[in-house]
Amino acid sequence: MSINVFRQEFKMNSKSVATWSVAIAVLILVYMALFPSVAKDAELLNEMMANFPEALLTAFGLNGINLSTVPGYYSFVFLFVQICLAIQAANYGFSLVSIEEREWTADFLLSKPIGRTQILTSKLLAALSGLTLTNAVVWISSLGCIEMFKGTRTYETKPLLLMLASVAIFQLFFLSVGLVVSLLVKRIRSVTPYSMALAFGMYVLSVFGDMLGENTLEKITPFKHFEPRYIVQHGAYDLPLVLFSVSVIVISLVSSYMLYTRRDIPAMA
Amino acid sequence: MGVIEANHLTKYYGKARGIIDVSFQVEEGEIFGFIGPNGAGKSTTIRLFLSLIYPTSGSATIFGKDCIKYGPELRKEIGYLPSDVFYYERMRVIDLLKYSASFYHKDCTKRMHELAELMELDLYRRIEDLSYGNKKKVGIVQGLLHQPKLLFLDEPTAGLDPLMQRKFFQLIREENQRGVTIFFSSHILSEVQRLCNRVGIIKEGRIIEIADIRTLQQNNYKKIRIEASNLDASYFDLPGVTNLEHHNHTVRFFFKGDINAIMRRISGIEVSDVTIEEPTLEEIFMHYYE
Repeated sequence: MSINVFRQEFKMNSKSVATWSVAIAVLILVYMALFPSVAKDAELLNEMMANFPEALLTAFGLNGINLSTVPGYYSFVFLFVQICLAIQAANYGFSLVSIEEREWTADFLLSKPIGRTQILTSKLLAALSGLTLTNAVVWISSLGCIEMFKGTRTYETKPLLLMLASVAIFQLFFLSVGLVVSLLVKRIRSVTPYSMALAFGMYVLSVFGDMLGENTLEKITPFKHFEPRYIVQHGAYDLPLVLFSVSVIVISLVSSYMLYTRRDIPAMA
Repeated sequence: MGVIEANHLTKYYGKARGIIDVSFQVEEGEIFGFIGPNGAGKSTTIRLFLSLIYPTSGSATIFGKDCIKYGPELRKEIGYLPSDVFYYERMRVIDLLKYSASFYHKDCTKRMHELAELMELDLYRRIEDLSYGNKKKVGIVQGLLHQPKLLFLDEPTAGLDPLMQRKFFQLIREENQRGVTIFFSSHILSEVQRLCNRVGIIKEGRIIEIADIRTLQQNNYKKIRIEASNLDASYFDLPGVTNLEHHNHTVRFFFKGDINAIMRRISGIEVSDVTIEEPTLEEIFMHYYE
């Protein structure tokens, strides 16, 4: 790790980190602000929801969720937080090294007296620091908003903390998968389509898995590995799936290092 | 020991040819010109030395060390000016140069300001607001501020106005006098001719000639022009004669071989004028590329 590269990368990323963090905090605030009124009419709402087609409820992650409890309602909010986090982390992953090749700055950086392993480590740590800041914002705004809007309700904190604790691994999954994909393709012209495809693709996979019943394909998506509903219902992680998530991360990172150190940096034709 | 040694360097991009079996040496303290048209493999060769890309086969050493294995260490002493200059657009020039300097564990501030002043570079503008020529100047300062012992210049003058070009050549000469070895790639022959001691000529990925500029000009070709009435061009069509042209009363051609053979031919006819000249590098070069 090289401190000057880290600092440079972190600085270049800081605006994006700030934007995402604020956006997610606002999202949490707005949704949680609705909690008191939703919880008040929970009876009514639960009744109404029972009449909705199951597929629709599944699509919005509402199946089997009791919106009148704090963890239940928060798990519904958390799903949207997860989607945002997925896009953000995938963005950073896809652009981590591809941006230098797209904007032709790789020649500058790689002709300096620094090895590629060091460059990649510095860049990864800078991206992770940004994601960790966003993660901290998620913790603070979640706990703060819950405190603000829970009223007199008491709740179990364990599922809540488990959900929040999953954020780091969840981010790392999208960061590392984005990175390895960006190194497998020859050139990424624009990052957004890739990160949108990865984030929403994974989300859709998890929804389809729910709709179609048991499905092995759904197991590859982190939206399943850290499914808020599962955590609330069981008060625990689905451990094999979490381990699967971690192994995908490890494999992606190891392959990224191998691919990057062997990569031919394209020149302008 | 050569500062740069290329041993059978070959690079294919998939199936596309980069360079094939390139071998040469650059000695310490020389200015080595590397000439060839666009797409001949000049940049590929330089990028292999910097391990921006990896060879398909063959190897290269710099200061006697393998340029891949010891890449980071070697690059402390290397300055590189790419043919296309791109830097982080949102940075200011001064920040980019400071970032560049931060990779070398020494104080580059003084040299940085000297160079910037010499190149008349405004340090407080954003990279994105710079013209191509000004970006090139950033490249020059960035490549020289750590006082490297070896310089790779890939078509360095493109985008610089003639005045700047002159300053830049002066700078390169000064660096060279301090003992810096310079690898100068270009497709503009006159500048290579002005600056370099030796040249390598690359064509379609292969080295076709490595020679002293002097020998290249002297020992090879003569440019001959003969003026006479009633001339028949075929009269001079000897072995060693190329580019034979006939205009009115004038015959021009290049000749390589025993000059006496031509002299005897010329003395056999009534001529009104004869010139025998060294060809310019340009003309030699065109000859290689026919």
